Amino acid sequence: MSDYYGRPIIKEPVWTPEIPIYFFTGGLAGASAGLAFMAERTGNEVLARRAWIAALGGVAVSPALLISDLGVPTRFLNMLRMFKVTSPMSVGSWILSVSGVSTGLAAVNSLTGLFPVLGKASKPVAALFGLPLSTYTGALIANTSVPIWHNGRRTLPALFAAGAAASAGAAATVMTPVRHAAPARRLAIIGAASELVATNVMEEHLGGVAQPYHEGSSGTLTRVAKVLTAVGGMTIGAWGHRRRSAAVIGGGALLAGALTERFAVFRAGFESAKDPKFTVGPQRERIEAGRGRGASQRAAA
Amino acid sequence: MSYGADAKPQMGFFTDTSLCIGCKACEVACKEWNQVPESLQGFTGMSYDNTIDLGADTWRHVAFIEQNKPLQVGLDGDGGLATLQEGEHLRWLMASDVCKHCEHAACLDVCPTGALFRTEFDTVVVQQDICNGCGYCVPACPFGVLDKREEDGRVWKCTLCYDRLKDDKEPACAQACPTNSIQFGELGDLREHAAERLEQLTAAGQTDAQLYLHDKGDGIGGAHAFFLLLDEPEVYGLPPDPIDTTRDIGSIWASAGAAAVALGLGVAAAFLGGDR
Repeated sequence: MSDYYGRPIIKEPVWTPEIPIYFFTGGLAGASAGLAFMAERTGNEVLARRAWIAALGGVAVSPALLISDLGVPTRFLNMLRMFKVTSPMSVGSWILSVSGVSTGLAAVNSLTGLFPVLGKASKPVAALFGLPLSTYTGALIANTSVPIWHNGRRTLPALFAAGAAASAGAAATVMTPVRHAAPARRLAIIGAASELVATNVMEEHLGGVAQPYHEGSSGTLTRVAKVLTAVGGMTIGAWGHRRRSAAVIGGGALLAGALTERFAVFRAGFESAKDPKFTVGPQRERIEAGRGRGASQRAAA
Repeated sequence: MSYGADAKPQMGFFTDTSLCIGCKACEVACKEWNQVPESLQGFTGMSYDNTIDLGADTWRHVAFIEQNKPLQVGLDGDGGLATLQEGEHLRWLMASDVCKHCEHAACLDVCPTGALFRTEFDTVVVQQDICNGCGYCVPACPFGVLDKREEDGRVWKCTLCYDRLKDDKEPACAQACPTNSIQFGELGDLREHAAERLEQLTAAGQTDAQLYLHDKGDGIGGAHAFFLLLDEPEVYGLPPDPIDTTRDIGSIWASAGAAAVALGLGVAAAFLGGDR
């Protein structure tokens, strides 16, 4: 396969580490809002309060992370100039706005009793918008020319949803007394198992394009994330209902695993963009298999 | 976007690389007219190419490729290819690359602020007073054209000299090109002329000659800046089957929606079995 002095064809993203951290905090906030809402509905106030705190923390730092990544941070409000379904970043900005405001009101109401009417009305909104908040980021990176992201478009949102569930479950497991934390533990374990399955399905589906998930620094991050997630999930499953220390250790490992997984996906995108073989290879395969017509025409013979 | 009565003819570039002599007048003219900052990147050893690629500060980029390929046409032929050939066994390809101004433009589709827009000439331009440097267009572009300028945090690229077009002038690069390798005009005329040129070169024995991004049926709906190449696109650092990934946006949103629903079910399932 030929290339131009090994130079990349597409550009590496210009996004800074704030972005994968936001993928994590957004997911943590989104799924925590759902967890808090459900806990409140089932009368588990102890769990609900803590999950609202996690959700509030997540939505509080998320906009700060996103704004600090902008090239012109003072122009952050330009994100709300329009609503564009072709741009997951545009849709996501609106989701985060609704999620942020509703989660803020809901959490403050839950913790202080302020805003009795508005706070109560905000809770289902926060729970509902928390779901796409956890997954749109997968859609965002999938809608790029980065092969490992675009070819993973069917699994990336699911992977991020699983990471969000694991994060929210883990954070609540860490913060909540053991006897009130059963739903949080179950969410953590469901999330951890789903995250491991989603990662493997994605790698399987990507074929040769998945190489950055196996090699180099992004490969290391992927392996570390898997170990942390598996250990965290198993620790919570085996001992989380008996010992708070196990809940804290297991939850901490799961949180670290979910964060590391986002960094693995993020870094893999850079590696995928850097090497022209990942861009040209699948495109040539597409042309040869008749699934793409290619952009070149020779003269008719 | 429709301009109605204000719409202008679709304008574009046809870059005939068989005529390129690698003089880089296009790079210089572009820099001068558009006040593009310097982009010194050192000595690369990549033939005569120290510009390396397109980016925030390089809106035209002349690629140089030295090949050990036998000559396909006679030097005394009238194919206009003589300038490419130096000696018996060296084929020296040169090609001036530029933003493609795609019909289906990935950068424009993903831009959340509307900074990227389609002009009345059907070209794609960044409005610098709106861009907030979110960087989404950078990895979205299938050609790696856009990049962030570190000094001011915004994204910059070729405007197809929007200001000059408004004054009925041709873009700086096309005007400066001494061999007419860069041809500017109405898209329909350019496409017709390009097809004729391809026939001519092929008849002269240049069987590798190919039109790139000439056809509206390709993955970007055809480009407003298309090319005649003398080898496969990847040899020049161009993707062989570029697509605007937003064509998959339906399935992308479906996956995100399904994942969101699954997350909701997962959270609900965590409450089955009560608080023990």
